[in-house]
Amino acid sequence: MRPGTRFILMIMAALPALGGGVGSASAADSAAPRVLIQQFMFAPVTLTVKAGTVVTWLNKDEEPHTIFSDAGLFRSGAVDTDGTFEFKFEKPGTYHYLCTIHPRMVGTIVVE
Amino acid sequence: MPHDPTQLTRRGALKCLAYGTAGTLFTLAGGVLTPLDLALAAAKPPATAAGRPLFLQISDTHIGFSKDANPDVSGTLMQTIELVNRLPQPPALTLHTGDITHLSKPAEFDLAQQMLAGLRGGELHTVPGEHDTTDPAVTEYFSRFGKASEDRGYYSFQHAGVHFLALVNVLQFRAGGLGTLGAEQVAWAIADLKARSASTPVVVFAHMPLWTIYEPWGWGTGDVEPVVAELRRFGSVTILNGHIHQIVQKVEGNITYHTARSTAYPQPGAGEGAGPGPLKVPPDQLAKLLGVTRASLAAHSLQLTDTTLS
Repeated sequence: MRPGTRFILMIMAALPALGGGVGSASAADSAAPRVLIQQFMFAPVTLTVKAGTVVTWLNKDEEPHTIFSDAGLFRSGAVDTDGTFEFKFEKPGTYHYLCTIHPRMVGTIVVE
Repeated sequence: MPHDPTQLTRRGALKCLAYGTAGTLFTLAGGVLTPLDLALAAAKPPATAAGRPLFLQISDTHIGFSKDANPDVSGTLMQTIELVNRLPQPPALTLHTGDITHLSKPAEFDLAQQMLAGLRGGELHTVPGEHDTTDPAVTEYFSRFGKASEDRGYYSFQHAGVHFLALVNVLQFRAGGLGTLGAEQVAWAIADLKARSASTPVVVFAHMPLWTIYEPWGWGTGDVEPVVAELRRFGSVTILNGHIHQIVQKVEGNITYHTARSTAYPQPGAGEGAGPGPLKVPPDQLAKLLGVTRASLAAHSLQLTDTTLS
């Protein structure tokens, strides 16, 4: 199988498991733990939450970003200015992610 | 193509003269690139006026972008298309070095395709940028442009005696920044090059730079060295990319690296500001920072000409 095809299939296989979604800032629950994306950084770079928590990322940059789990757990698609992405973390663990458009941007969600 | 020893003499004779403000013309002989001022070139037509137009490089059209840095990227792409369509001799090929769209949306790809269909640029060859592959299933780019590569993204082809290698460095995401080709693509590229004669001019194109321009912003490709090592035996190698929305060039032996302008918006120079985002400039400056690159082929040389929209 070609690498490109395999990559696509891997992502497609992961899709039904996605609990996340891209939305607008107004649709986000302001009470939910939030990661702010600003100046090409995730803040806080490490966020600790309890199992079952929905985490919302909000992009305040003029550039789109993505939130991509390197373990394949979640992938946001392009989140443009003022856009949000949400994902519900069900299981305890340490989840690393990055922006595929700017892969030097990395973050971690610790679920207790 | 037989090896021509006179190339070396000619290469040695070429001198860097000046950088133009409205555009810069580059002469490439035996892999060595020499910038000449365009005003000078206009006063005295270069020898390559006799060269055949080989290809056009267009890059970073970012259809879908609408922020302050350029609220009308379709308009500037249309200006670019009109500029190319006015050329007396249309190029036989167009290489789009990625970021065709801004957000990988179907409507953005559809509009870009529709507009590029009006370009008198011959066959269109593309590579994806990281902005083209953000849809969760990565299907929008491949459903439209994947056929040339059987959905791998990377492929090679020959045109007019020149070997073209299209590489993809935006699909294997690795924290830390630089673009990645991946072991399979590296092995494929080396095998592909091994089958070519060293006298064949080679053009390699990808979206992200294939040389490290600025590591903190990911302007480079981390695993490209084995491919470059294989390219070193060739007499004329031109390595092109987009991604950074400005022109930077480097010559190393017979290998010339050259980046392209965007048709959408400029980006800051390496390390200027928080990150490589859109750079807002005074409206009357924008067209001077957007443009395309053309390559023509004379007997033993490839010549690159950068042209801005104004």
